[in-house]
Amino acid sequence: MISLAEIEKVAVLARLLLTPAESQQMTEQLGKILEYMSLLNEVNTENVEPLAHAVELTNVFREDRVTPSLDREMALANAPHRDEECYRVPAVLGEV
Amino acid sequence: MSLSELTASQLLQQLREGRIKAVEVVAHSLRQIDQYDPTVGAFLRVNRDHAFAQAEEIDRRRSRGEKLGKLAGLPVAVKDNICTQGEPTTCASRMLKRFVPPYDATVIAKLKAADAIIVGKTNLDEFAMGGSTETSALGRTCNPWDVTRIPGGSSGGAAACVAARMVPLSVGSDTGGSIRQPAALCGVTGLKPTYGRVSRFGLVAFASSLDQIGPLAQTAEDCALLLEVLAGHDPKDATSIPQPVPPFSETVRQPLEGLRVGWVREHLGEGVSPSVLAAIQEAIKVFQSLGAKVEEVELPHARYAVATYYIIACSEASSNLARYDGVHYGYRTDEKAMLAELAEERRVLQQQGKSEALEDLDTALVRMYRKTRAEGFGAEVKRRIMLGTYALSAGYYDAYYLKALKVRRLIRQDYDKAFQKVHVIVGPVTPTPAFALGEKINDPLAMYLFDLFTVGTNLAGLPAISIPCGFSEDGMPIGLHLQAPPLEEETLLRAAHMFQQVTDWHRRRPPLLDRQAVAT
Amino acid sequence: MAEQPYTIVIGLEVHVQLLTESKLFCGCSTKFGAPPNTQTCPICIGMPGVLPVMNRRAVELAVKTGLALNCEIARFSKWDRKNYYYPDLPKGFQISQYDLPICRGGYLDVPSPNREGMRRIRIIRVHLEEDAGKSMHDEKAGRADSRIDLNRAGTPLLEIVTQPDIRSPAEAKAFLTELKLLLNYLEVSDCNMQEGSLRVDANINLHIPTEDGQYVATPIVEVKNMNSFRAVERALTYEAQRQYEAFLETGHRLGDVPKQTRGWDEDAQLTRPQRSKEESSDYRYFPEPDLVPVTVTDAELEALRQQLGELPADIRRRLQETYHLNDYDSDVIVNQGRAFVDYFCQLADTCGDGKMAANWAQQDVLRTLNERDWTITQFPISAAELARLLCRVKSGELDTAKARMVFGHMVDHQATVDEAIQSLGIVQVDETELRQLCAELLASNPKVVAEVKSGKDKAIGSLVGQAKKRNPHVNPARVKEICLELIRQETT
Repeated sequence: MISLAEIEKVAVLARLLLTPAESQQMTEQLGKILEYMSLLNEVNTENVEPLAHAVELTNVFREDRVTPSLDREMALANAPHRDEECYRVPAVLGEV
Repeated sequence: MSLSELTASQLLQQLREGRIKAVEVVAHSLRQIDQYDPTVGAFLRVNRDHAFAQAEEIDRRRSRGEKLGKLAGLPVAVKDNICTQGEPTTCASRMLKRFVPPYDATVIAKLKAADAIIVGKTNLDEFAMGGSTETSALGRTCNPWDVTRIPGGSSGGAAACVAARMVPLSVGSDTGGSIRQPAALCGVTGLKPTYGRVSRFGLVAFASSLDQIGPLAQTAEDCALLLEVLAGHDPKDATSIPQPVPPFSETVRQPLEGLRVGWVREHLGEGVSPSVLAAIQEAIKVFQSLGAKVEEVELPHARYAVATYYIIACSEASSNLARYDGVHYGYRTDEKAMLAELAEERRVLQQQGKSEALEDLDTALVRMYRKTRAEGFGAEVKRRIMLGTYALSAGYYDAYYLKALKVRRLIRQDYDKAFQKVHVIVGPVTPTPAFALGEKINDPLAMYLFDLFTVGTNLAGLPAISIPCGFSEDGMPIGLHLQAPPLEEETLLRAAHMFQQVTDWHRRRPPLLDRQAVAT
Repeated sequence: MAEQPYTIVIGLEVHVQLLTESKLFCGCSTKFGAPPNTQTCPICIGMPGVLPVMNRRAVELAVKTGLALNCEIARFSKWDRKNYYYPDLPKGFQISQYDLPICRGGYLDVPSPNREGMRRIRIIRVHLEEDAGKSMHDEKAGRADSRIDLNRAGTPLLEIVTQPDIRSPAEAKAFLTELKLLLNYLEVSDCNMQEGSLRVDANINLHIPTEDGQYVATPIVEVKNMNSFRAVERALTYEAQRQYEAFLETGHRLGDVPKQTRGWDEDAQLTRPQRSKEESSDYRYFPEPDLVPVTVTDAELEALRQQLGELPADIRRRLQETYHLNDYDSDVIVNQGRAFVDYFCQLADTCGDGKMAANWAQQDVLRTLNERDWTITQFPISAAELARLLCRVKSGELDTAKARMVFGHMVDHQATVDEAIQSLGIVQVDETELRQLCAELLASNPKVVAEVKSGKDKAIGSLVGQAKKRNPHVNPARVKEICLELIRQETT
C-alpha cells in the first residue's frame, strides 16, 4: 500500500530520521493502516462540503493593541542553545 | 467517614461548614498519593510544599471570612499536557521533559481563581496520542482495579488518580475519547464538553479541531462543579464559543422529565464483549425505569468514524508537532555528535564517489531537526506524524484529508438527524473492559479500533459523558457513554446524576484501596 | 531606446509589512529596531499550547488595499497553514491564505517610465499572512551558526502578486514606486525596503521572436535578494541580458528546465544561482483549525471604501487639471503625502496662482522641511500666511529676493508677513518716489540711456545698482521696468 521509498520521502518531509528497521516497520504498519483508511472510498461524498471546524463561528478578532512581551531572559529560558540575545542553530545553508 | 469516601461536593460542604480544614484535605490527598501512587503511577510530579502552602492560605482566608472561589480547598490533579507556569509541562515526552512554560493555560488560571489546589501533573500517552497511557516516555500508569491492566488513555493518570481516591477531581483532555475511555476503564465519571465550551489556550495541541479539556471525578455532580469553573468564552481562543456558562453545579441535580434515549444497533452488536453488552443493556433499562423513552436511532456513517478520525487527527497533529524541532525550546540532539556523524557520512560518500548521494546528504540543520525529532519522540507519535504528513502531501490530500473532512460532515449530519428524535444517545464507551498492559502496544490498528465508540463525538464537536455502569466478571469497570447535541452538557449531567442516584457503580472502590488501607 | 531583440516579461511578488501597532496574532509590538528577542511572547514564539487570534486592523488594511487596487474582495475568506521547516518559523508552519484569499484580481495604473502615458499592471491576488523571524549568519571558532531573532515573527504581511504584465526593469521600478505611494497614502505600510517593510521577488523571462512571427519563451527565473527599488531595476536588467545570452548558448525554452532561483549580489552587480529555501516545496496546505473564517458584508465594504480618502492617482490628476501643473510638479507634490498636498492646494487656492504656489512649495517650503527635518504639519508658516506673501510678490510689492528674505524670517521667528517685513525694515518705496528716482538716474547717466536706445537693454543693470545704493528698498525689477519705460517714452 505504501512503498519504502515513499516512507523515506515522507520521513524527510516530516523531519524524522528512521533507522532501516524503523523504516521497514513503518512501511508495514502504515501500509496496514492506510489499507484500513481506504474504507472511506465506500462513502459517496459528491456535493458534500468538507467540515474543517467543529464550531460554526466567523469573524473572531482581537483589537490592535500592544500588550507586554516576555522579557528576553524568559523568552530564551527554554532555548537548547543560545547566546545573550538569540537562539542559535547550525547555519541555515551551511556545510558541516 | 474517611475522607476517601467523600466526593468533591461533600468535601466542599464540610470545608464551608468548617468541619474540616483545607490542610487536612491536602494532607489526606498526599497520604493517598504516597500510599498508592508507587503502584499506580498516576502522577509525573507532585507539588507537595506548594499544595500545603496554598491550603494554609485558604484556611487563613476562610477564617477571616473572606470570599473564596468555588473549589476552595479541593485538591485537583491536572494532565501534564496543560501548561502550568513555572512548572515543567512535559506531555510525557522526552521532547518536553525540561520544558517550563512561562504562562498558565486559561483553565489553570480559572482553577487558581477558584482557589482549587493543584496537587500535581498526571501521566498521559505521549502528546495525548494513545489509548492506554503506555506510550508515555516518562512513566508507567496502571489500572487501580488491576495493576496488570491499562488505565486507558490518553488521560490515564487523571482517571487513575481519581479512581484510587488520591484526589477528588482531575482535569484531562479528550481528542477521540481520551477522557471518557480511561474514565470508563477506571470506573470514574469523565466528561468531554462541546467543542469550544472550554478554552484550549494552554492545552498542548494534538488535533486542534478535536481537542477539548474536561473534568474527571467520582460523580456527575462533581463533574458539573468542575466544568462550571473550567468552561467559558476565552478571547485568547478564537474557537471558544461566546455562549455564557450554564449553572451546571445547580442544574445537575434537577431530574429530567420526558427524556428520550437513543441507541444504535451497530454499537450493541458484534465486537462488543458480552459483559459490556449486558451492562449497557441493564443501564438502558435503568433509564427506562426512571421514565425515559428508549428508541433506536441510526448513525449510518458510524463505521467510518475511526478512519475519518485518524486521518484528520494525524494530519492536524503532524502540523501541530512540527514546532518540536529543537530550535526554540525542548529537546535538541547532541550537536557535536550529530556533526561528527554527518562529517563521517560525507567522508564515506566522497570516498565512494557517490556524488548524487553527496548532494542529497542532509545539511547540518536538517540533520539536527531529524535527529532531534527521532530521539525526542516515541514510536506512536512518529507513526502519527508520518501518517498525517502523508495524508496532507501533494497527490494524497484529496484522497485522504479532504475526503475525511467530507465524511466528517456526513457523520455530523447523522447526529443532527438522530437528535431530532432523542435527547441523548447511549452506548458502550469501549468494546471491552481494560485489557492487559502490553497486549495491544504492537498493533497500532487494533489500538485505534478500540476508539470506535468515542471518536464520532469529537468529529461532530458534541458533548459526551462516561459513567460507571457495571463490572465485568473479573471485576473490571464498564462505562456507559451518553452523547448529546452541542451545548447540552446540562442534559448529560442531569441524566448521569439521575442514573447515579439509583445505582452505586460509581461508589465502588478498587480493591487496592482496601488491601493497602491508609490510616485516616 | 535601442531596439531589443526580445520582450521582457516580469511578474512581481511583493510583501509589505502592515502598519498595525501589534502583530497579527498576538499583542507584541511591531516597532522596528528593537533589540533581538525583546518583542516576543509565547504565541509568536510558537510555544506548546498557544493559539492565534486575528488582528482586526490587519484585515481592515488588507481590504482597504484591495479596494484601492480595484480588486474583488472575498465575501468569505479563510486561513490556511503552509507547512515547512525553517528556524525563523517557530511553529513549523506559516499561517497564510491559500485558496480563498481576501482579494482577487485588480490592477494598478503605473506612469510609464518613458512618459508614454499609463500602463495597467494587473494584480492576481492580495492576501494576508504572518512574517517569519530573522536569521543572521555567525562564524565563531570555526563553526557556522545561524542566530535567530523572533521579533519579526508574527508581523502582519500583505502579499501582492502581479500578473506578468511588466515589460521592463524600469517599469518594475515604476510599479514599486507607485505601489509604495499608494500604500503610504492608505497608511497601510511604510514600504521601506531598507527597514524590510517591503520585500520583492521577481519572476522574469523573455519572449524571443522567431522568424515565423511567433515567439519562444525562455525558462522563468525567480530573482531574490534585491534590497532597493534601484537594485530591482539593475537586477532585472542584468538578468534579462543574461537570459538572452543563455538562450543563445543553450536554446532552453520554458519547460525544458525546472524553475531557477537566483539571488542578486549587490556588490558584484550580478545574479547567482541560489539553493531554494525549502528542500521540497510540498507545503501540505490545509485549513487553519485554530482560526475561524472572515466574512465581509457590503455595508462593511462601503464603510471601508469611504475611509480610503483621495488616492494619489486621482490627486495627481486633480492637480494637473485644476492648477495646470505638469507631470513633474504634480509628482513632487503628491509624493510628499496628503498633508503636503492639502497645504499646496490651500496655498494655490488662496493666492490664486497654481504655478507660483507649486514653485514655492517645491523649492522653498520643501527645502526648509528637509533642512530642518520637519514634516509639513510642523512647518510654522500656514498656507494662508504664505499665500499672503506670494500675493505681495505677484503684486510687485516684493521682489523674489526680498520675498525669500521675508520667508526666511517668517520661518525662523514664526512671524506673519507684515511682522517680518517690518522687522527686516523692508520699506515699500512709493511709486512716485520711484519714478522720480529713475528720472534722476536717467538724467545723470546719459551714456547708459544712449546704449539702451541703441538696443543694449542690458546696460540698464548699472542703473539698478545705483538705484539700490541710493535707496536699498527699491524693487530692482521695478527700477528696470520704469527706466526702460521712461527711455522708450523719450524715443517716441
